[in-house]
Amino acid sequence: MKFITEFRDSNLAESIIKLLRKEAYPNSNLMEFCGGHTVAIFRSGIREVVPKNVKMLSGPGCPVCVTSNSDIDKAGKVVRYPDVILTTFGDMMKVPGSYDSLYDLRAKGYDIRVVYSTIDALKIAEENKNKKIVFFGIGFETTAPTIAASIIEAKRRNINNYFVISVLKLTIPAIKKLLSLGEVKVNGIIGPGHVSTITGANDWKFLPDEYKIPCVLTGFEPLDILLGIKSLLDMIKQNKQELVTEYLRSVKPEGNIIAKEMIEKVFIVDDSDWRGFNVIEKSGLKISKEFEEFDAEKVFDLKTESSIKNCGCKCDEVLRGIISPVECSLFREVCNPENPLGPCMVSSEGACAAYYNYYVE
Amino acid sequence: MCLAIPAKIISISNETAIAEIGDVKREISLMLLPEAEVNDYVLIHAGYAIQKIDEDEANKTLELLKQMDEFYNNSGTLEE
Repeated sequence: MKFITEFRDSNLAESIIKLLRKEAYPNSNLMEFCGGHTVAIFRSGIREVVPKNVKMLSGPGCPVCVTSNSDIDKAGKVVRYPDVILTTFGDMMKVPGSYDSLYDLRAKGYDIRVVYSTIDALKIAEENKNKKIVFFGIGFETTAPTIAASIIEAKRRNINNYFVISVLKLTIPAIKKLLSLGEVKVNGIIGPGHVSTITGANDWKFLPDEYKIPCVLTGFEPLDILLGIKSLLDMIKQNKQELVTEYLRSVKPEGNIIAKEMIEKVFIVDDSDWRGFNVIEKSGLKISKEFEEFDAEKVFDLKTESSIKNCGCKCDEVLRGIISPVECSLFREVCNPENPLGPCMVSSEGACAAYYNYYVE
Repeated sequence: MCLAIPAKIISISNETAIAEIGDVKREISLMLLPEAEVNDYVLIHAGYAIQKIDEDEANKTLELLKQMDEFYNNSGTLEE
C-alpha cells in the first residue's frame, strides 16, 4: 500500500542499521512516548538491532493504559442507568476498573457496544431515539478532535440523546510530569507522530528548549523509526538539543488548525487522573459549558467511591519507565493477554502486551 | 490507539468521503479536513481524515534513505 510498503524496504533498513552500528554512540536511553511506536519497534525487531549501549524505554503514551480506575468506574456506573447504551472503543472492554471491566458488565446484561468511531455512536443514537447513547471518550490529542466533531455534529443535527464521558488526556503535561519526577534518565525522546499531526511540531519545541532533551517526531513504519533513532543518536553524540521532524509527510509546524479549533470550542482544559501519575494539573479535557447538554457527567451522577488499587500490578512503574514489564512478578504466568490484571497487558499497545508478544530473552 | 492509516479518497459527498484502504472501501468524515479532494491520500484516525499526506515530503524522506543506502551499501555485511 502506498506510503506504507516503501517505508518497510528491508534493504534500506539494513543500510541504516549498518550505519547505526558503525558509529560509536554514547550510552543512551531513548524513550518512545507513544504506545504505537512501542508496538512498531517490537514488531519490526528494531530493539534487537540498535547498538547494545542504547536502551529503548517505553513511555506512558497508551491512552488505555493511563485511563485511571476512577475513569473506568464512571463508565461502569453509567450503564446502570435505565435505557443507557454505552459505546466504546474496543480496547477499553477488558480493562479492569475498581470493580468490573466493561466485558464483565456486558456479560451481566448491560448494553455495551464496541464502535470504531464516534460516527458509529452517533448512528446508534439516531437509530435508538428512546435510548440514551453514552460514548466513553478516551484518548489523546489525536482522538480528541474526532470526539469534539461528534459533539458539534450532534448539536447541529439536534441529536439530544448522545452524551460523552470525556476522560481525554493531553500528552505534553504528562511528559513534563514524567521528566520532573526525575525517576528515569532520558537522553532523547521519540515524540508521538499522530498526536503531533494534530498539535503541530511547534508544540514539541519545549523538549529541547526547556528540558535540553533532543526530540524527533517520526512515523510508525520501520524506516521512519530507524531514521528517527539515528537522528536522535546523532544529536546526542554532537551534544545538540533540537526538535527534528522526520515525519514531514504528516506533521506540519502548525498541525491541523481546524482540529485544534474544534478541541478549543468543545472542551476546557482541566486536571486529570492518570494511572501511574495520579492527578496531573491541566492535563485533561472536559466538555465546556457551551456543550454541557452532551456532558454525561452533568446529565448522570457518575461519582463513585474512591477507586481501589489493583494489588500487585506494577503498571504504574511500567508507565513511568522505571521498570520493564519483565521485572513485574506477575508478568506472563499470572498476568497475560488472556487474563490481564492491568491495562498495560490489555491494550495491544501496552508495554506489557508488547513484551509478552515480542520480547525475546 | 493513536493509530492512523493512509487511504486514498475516491469520492466526496458534502463532509463525507469514501476512502480506499488497500482493497477495503470505507466511509470517512472530512469534518477535520474539509480541504481534502478526490485522489488525495489522507491519514485516517477513528473514522476521520486528520491530515493530507504530503507526497513531496514522503519522496524527500525516501530520497534521503536512498542516499544513505548508496553511501553505505559497500560497507560490508551486517555485524553481529
